[in-house]
Amino acid sequence: MPNPKPKFIVVGGGLAGLMTVIKLAEAGHTVDLISMVACKRSHSVCAQGGINASVNTKGEGDSPWIHFEETILGGDFLANQPMVKDMCENAPSFIYMLDRMGVQFNRTAEGLIDFRRFGGTRFHRTAFAGATTGQQILYALDEQVRRFEADGKVTRYEGWEFLSAVIDDGGTARGIVAMNLSNFEIRAFRGDATVFATGGPGMIYGRSTNSMICTGSAAGALYQQGVFYGNGEFIQIHPTAIAGEDKNRLISEAVRGEGGRLWTMKDGKRWYFLEEWYPKYGNLVPRDIASRAIFKVVRELKLGIDGKDVVYLDISHIERKILDEKLGGIIEIYEKFMNEDPSKVPMRVFPSMHYSMGGIYINAKHMTNVPGIMAAGECDYQYHGANRLGANSLLSCIQGGLVTAASALEYASGLERGAEAAPSKMFDDQVKKEESKNDEFLRRRGKENPYQIWEEMGEEMTDKVTVVRYNDKLEQADKTLTALQARVKQVNVSDVSKWANQPLVFTRQLENMLDIARVITRGALARNESRGAHYKPDFPNRDDANWLKSTVAKFTPKGPELSYEAVDISLIKPRERKY
Amino acid sequence: MTEQKTIKFRVKRQDNPDAKPHWEEFHIPYRPYMNVILCLRETQKHPKTFDGTPTTPVAWESSCLEEVCGICTMVINGKVRQACSALVDQLGTEISVEPMRKFPVVRDLMVDRSFLFETLKKVRAWVQIDGTHALGPGPRVHPDVQKEGYWMSRCFSCGCCLDVCPQVNDRSDFVGAMAINQVRLFNSHPLGAMNSKDRLEALMGEGGIEDCGNSQNCIKACPKEIPLVTSIAEVNRQVTQYIFGFLKK
Repeated sequence: MPNPKPKFIVVGGGLAGLMTVIKLAEAGHTVDLISMVACKRSHSVCAQGGINASVNTKGEGDSPWIHFEETILGGDFLANQPMVKDMCENAPSFIYMLDRMGVQFNRTAEGLIDFRRFGGTRFHRTAFAGATTGQQILYALDEQVRRFEADGKVTRYEGWEFLSAVIDDGGTARGIVAMNLSNFEIRAFRGDATVFATGGPGMIYGRSTNSMICTGSAAGALYQQGVFYGNGEFIQIHPTAIAGEDKNRLISEAVRGEGGRLWTMKDGKRWYFLEEWYPKYGNLVPRDIASRAIFKVVRELKLGIDGKDVVYLDISHIERKILDEKLGGIIEIYEKFMNEDPSKVPMRVFPSMHYSMGGIYINAKHMTNVPGIMAAGECDYQYHGANRLGANSLLSCIQGGLVTAASALEYASGLERGAEAAPSKMFDDQVKKEESKNDEFLRRRGKENPYQIWEEMGEEMTDKVTVVRYNDKLEQADKTLTALQARVKQVNVSDVSKWANQPLVFTRQLENMLDIARVITRGALARNESRGAHYKPDFPNRDDANWLKSTVAKFTPKGPELSYEAVDISLIKPRERKY
Repeated sequence: MTEQKTIKFRVKRQDNPDAKPHWEEFHIPYRPYMNVILCLRETQKHPKTFDGTPTTPVAWESSCLEEVCGICTMVINGKVRQACSALVDQLGTEISVEPMRKFPVVRDLMVDRSFLFETLKKVRAWVQIDGTHALGPGPRVHPDVQKEGYWMSRCFSCGCCLDVCPQVNDRSDFVGAMAINQVRLFNSHPLGAMNSKDRLEALMGEGGIEDCGNSQNCIKACPKEIPLVTSIAEVNRQVTQYIFGFLKK
């Protein structure tokens, strides 16, 4: 082994990042963990419904193969299949591991881990801890990392943001440059392998179910440095969220898993439209199908409640005991922010941008096209194809952590020359470059306000690049985005200090967001078919002959350059996707 | 015709840890369902005080906006709570916002809560698992035990309990209610219980459970209604039993 003491960096402290750190620390290695916020504040904390595993506690005949099949079908056959199969096979062991770590999974009467139904399946396959499963799992992993931290294996850099990778003349990444968000110290971190687990790009849509830290900025920065981005156009719009001026708050699919029913009024009567249109799966059709159905009801048939962008999600018929034990966290959110009790009145919901199936392009070993840079979690493009099934995200994060840590170890140990031996000059130069960039931002004295530009980007993306897509609108959106890119050069950040200067940080993120927004929009424009979450009324059918392939976007100064790659469909033959 | 209401929004600003704090007032057009986050965002889009004087956007931290991440904790109209769930309709149109009182100010409403995470290291708030490899299912857990454990585990590290505790101050190392609740949580988990004594010993030292003065402010301030006073009492009992067990030898 040429490089026996490799150095590792993990950027991002959510489920995928923390799992990677744990696996590397367990193998005896030291890791630098970089996170914009204290890891317990990562967006994984917002996940509500649960995590899938075919443990078959209900004796329904569930199995990892069926889980795999349903995931591939749910993704409309765009996922590379062998990786998904591995994920489904490992899932039960993950649940047990999390249980042992202290996750408070709900229990059956006999004391076994309980499972509930979720979208796109008829099996009870989703393990859950009340309705705050994300927080439970995030905390359990964070606690394990703290244990390694106490032993000196992990150093946390919380309140630091990744700026750019340090790539040598041979095209290999040897580390990163990051900035302390309080004192604005910029420093280089040497790393043989850097794993990015930086989450989704919800902020690009202005209002989404994502947290404020989900900018996609790290992915955008990497993309500008030559890392490819896969399937950007595949954005999941979750059917049920509470529309808010600051955020669309998620109402988990778990609500429908426990019997919640979507309805609106038609001809003076309640119309349970999903139950009528999809007798077999009813309210638990996959998310893309549910969102399209709601859009049809509200926008096409003009049957929204009070004529607004609202339909009802009703749990008032469900026993209070079940609501408290299994959906407590969600009830709390609705009561707190809407001032209404969902056990008495139906909840007012509408679809919202929620998740990105697309992301940093990686191979089956979670390696990007730049040696030394890897990615895992929502920020990578694998596992979910054209549409993600509910409760598979938390699972793909754990699987991603597992695979990525092993790959990182294999790659880093095999390097002829480690990052430690790399010449200081390239690190120093990159630090200076980033410092100059900050200075340049501070010198911008235009009239634009970065937060207002962000709002405009969000409105445009939400209007033109969500559930229903038209080519002329996508062209318009791309033009708007390039105009916004020019306007960002004219901002005045309103704050000249180098101490906790949030507008400066935000403007840097905004530039990266705009790049990813263009990748999403141009990918959608080019793909003339409908598949999974990507729907064009002008091309309403799935077109396997021409489009069973992954979009791969490469940065050029003029905009994204798109190419395509075949999908590994070696295990299950594509068939019609009907629910 | 309804008049446009205006929110008088006062923020205690501080440019950096060494600067003197000063108040600024912003006038913000009211909209229904607004929360304090939206008021703060107005200062980003229109960074001017009420009399038109240009200023910097207020610095604050926010992320989930739905009271699960704990990051946006601040003192609003005198009460420590999260900004995202502080609704203008319930607060009224005169709102004052200040940073938390027991943590060092970084800038404006941003504070440094790393003390909170250090206490978790001190009390060894984790389960000592053998490893993450496949080891099969854990022990069965009675649903009632899970319910109690779940309720304790809802703590989202906001720091409210520390902010209101008279014993948490710069003259003491008291770990606070949060860490003691975590000890109870881990000591009640079937695998976590195997290392109870490590946690109890941590609480027998400096800044440990003896520093609790029983003011019971913590449970009043906890946004998740975690039974903090019960947890402190229970852990006190565990520590006492542990000491007696030790003395008997």
